[in-house]
Amino acid sequence: MARLELSNLHAEVAEGDEKILEGVNLEVESGEIHALMGPNGSGKSTTAKVIAGHPAYEVTEGEVLLHLEEDEFGDEVEIDEDQRTWNLLELEPNERAALGIFLGFQYPAEIDGVTMTNFLRTALNAKIEEREELFEGEEGDDEEEADEGFETSPMEGPADEGEVGVAEFQEILQEKMEALDMDERFAQRYLNAGFSGGEKKQNEVLQAAILEPSIAVLDEIDSGLDIDRLQDVSAGINALRDEQGTGILQITHYQRILDYVEPDHVHVMLDGQIAKSGDASLAAELEDKGYDWVREEVYGTA
Amino acid sequence: MSSEQDHLKETDTEARFEFKKEQNAAVKSEKGLTEEVIRMISEDKDEPDWMLERRLRALKQYQNMPMPTDWPGQPDLTELDIEEIVPYIRPDVDKREGVDDWTELPDEIKDTFDKLGIPEAEKNALSGVGAQYESEVVYQNMQEQWEEKGVIFMNMDRAVQEHPEIVKEYFMTTCVPPSDNKFAALHGAVWSGGSFVYVPEGVTVNMPVQAYFRMNSEGMGQFEHTLIVAEEGSEVHYIEGCSAPKYGTHNLHSGGVEVFVGEDAHVQYSTVQNWSKNTFNLNTKRAIVEANGTMEWVSGSMGSKATMLYPCSILKGRGATDTHITIAFAGEGQDIDTGAKVYHNAPETSSTIESKSISKDGGRTNYRGLVHIADGAENSSTAVECDALMFDNESTSDTMPYMEIEESKVDVAHEATVGKIGDEDIFYLQSRGLDDDDAKKMIVAGFIEPITEELPIEYAVELNRLIELEMEGSLG
Repeated sequence: MARLELSNLHAEVAEGDEKILEGVNLEVESGEIHALMGPNGSGKSTTAKVIAGHPAYEVTEGEVLLHLEEDEFGDEVEIDEDQRTWNLLELEPNERAALGIFLGFQYPAEIDGVTMTNFLRTALNAKIEEREELFEGEEGDDEEEADEGFETSPMEGPADEGEVGVAEFQEILQEKMEALDMDERFAQRYLNAGFSGGEKKQNEVLQAAILEPSIAVLDEIDSGLDIDRLQDVSAGINALRDEQGTGILQITHYQRILDYVEPDHVHVMLDGQIAKSGDASLAAELEDKGYDWVREEVYGTA
Repeated sequence: MSSEQDHLKETDTEARFEFKKEQNAAVKSEKGLTEEVIRMISEDKDEPDWMLERRLRALKQYQNMPMPTDWPGQPDLTELDIEEIVPYIRPDVDKREGVDDWTELPDEIKDTFDKLGIPEAEKNALSGVGAQYESEVVYQNMQEQWEEKGVIFMNMDRAVQEHPEIVKEYFMTTCVPPSDNKFAALHGAVWSGGSFVYVPEGVTVNMPVQAYFRMNSEGMGQFEHTLIVAEEGSEVHYIEGCSAPKYGTHNLHSGGVEVFVGEDAHVQYSTVQNWSKNTFNLNTKRAIVEANGTMEWVSGSMGSKATMLYPCSILKGRGATDTHITIAFAGEGQDIDTGAKVYHNAPETSSTIESKSISKDGGRTNYRGLVHIADGAENSSTAVECDALMFDNESTSDTMPYMEIEESKVDVAHEATVGKIGDEDIFYLQSRGLDDDDAKKMIVAGFIEPITEELPIEYAVELNRLIELEMEGSLG
């Protein structure tokens, strides 16, 4: 089990002092689905990026904590008492990823020349390695590491000890792609390059399925999807929760995806704060009435 | 060892020269370029008179030509004093196993070999563990297989002795005459070593001809000459296998490459080079392509202080085809000026140029290209694509594509992109678990993928590793 906890989170754009988050409080646990809704510019995407460690934002106040239970990574990693709570704001984005944070992008980068297979296997192994370092302490092997250098070269055949090898990875990838109803040719395509909007979103869910995060923050993963693709992506998100126990923070504008991914909790964000929280019925209410009534209710003004 | 190291770190170029000369002065000529020096080289090689005459003629031409100084944006060559360079050093015959070479290599280069690991044979050759022997074995086996088909593949010096009729006809006559440019003339005067490849009519050499073993036996490879003659309907892929840094005593490399592609023949010339950072790398490489022949240039230019290199294809016969794929990497203090030249001198000829460059820590890359389509070369086509990737705001990249189109019935396309490695791209990969360095490496590996996919796997791996090393700043 893992629990992500945002408390009194304030953040602004790193270059400039435009305040975007003004005291966000939120908790997401493994196995839960939270929907984070709100109008454009209310701070939803910024919340997601701050959780993942985007350098464009500076946190001025508050905390982002990740609590891990002993069983979080199965038997492979032993979590000491004093390593169960991590202050994510002190960690690099890749370290956060290693601890089980995943950010699904609204506009994922296109990386030409890097095949999906190569990328995903590298990411998976990087995560395993980073996790070892985080839990076993960085000291000692650092220097040795630097000299070895190239054993995980993307073009190299046999894997190092503890790494997922090429053949093994192929199986994992194939299985996950089948589950998401993705064409097997995806594996040899370049990362997001020339993907349609829908393919990109599907790819984000595929990555989450392979990296098995504890908490996945999915930023408007439903935007630009036709109904068939929306169903595929939604099925993938539900599988993350049901099969891997991932906790999901689903950022969305629309009720639409929530017909397929039923949230346990719905939060409305206004002006950099969570203005109102409720259960799934809140989303339906928003669909009917828009956001202004929340503003009225909370601030007494529209 | 540590004092040697300190010595190497000195920025005074002259001091480094002196140091290296001391280390390698087994057999050497006088400094500077004089007739005596050229005669001494020729005599040492026991050359026939006609080659000596060619050398002397080239020397005269060299002496009468000015240094190129007025190209727009060209690398600064003022630090290059050719009169201070020892043009010829023959390693002691007894030491051709290269033991001394390895121990005397600068640490930065030894470290590179250690990190590269591939090809093992090359590293072992230099470290004197006997891979020279291994290489010879491989070479002999190949040679037998080829000899049956009439293929010749040997050291250029030996070719002068054993195949004078072919060498006489092709060596710096019609393809790269010494009169071509100052450095071609220099090369013609002092050339030494290199490869000679002859493929008879209709023969396909279906495995790459690799020349990395010769690096050691030649010792001083900086004026090597490569001559490839592919007769009608033949096919060969030549790889100049020195992707690991060649160690040059001098700070000048001026190689010459001449390729003759017969009718319907197909030649691929691939090279991945990495020079030490005090080297001026000034080469002339050219191919003449007959009707329906195909010439492919694949090159990775790494290292060096300044590089000026523009492989050229002359599409002489109807339907001749040219492909250029080049990659350049410039780090701190480096100016890598590379590109391609294509002359469409016949109808229905086509060319494709794909150039990729990466600059970092204030390095400069420049694509300098020339595509000439002659009057009458109708229905010819050319497509040029230049992509530049920069790591930071201190690095620069220029693109200078010249197009001289004298024929109207042609298809010409040019496309150039310049970009900085995007923060969003890096963050995306970081959010998936890659650290900052690995994210950058992955982006760069993807960027150069069109090149690596053209190379045999071990060279592709090596190119990737070299670039990774460059990016870590671990190559001196």
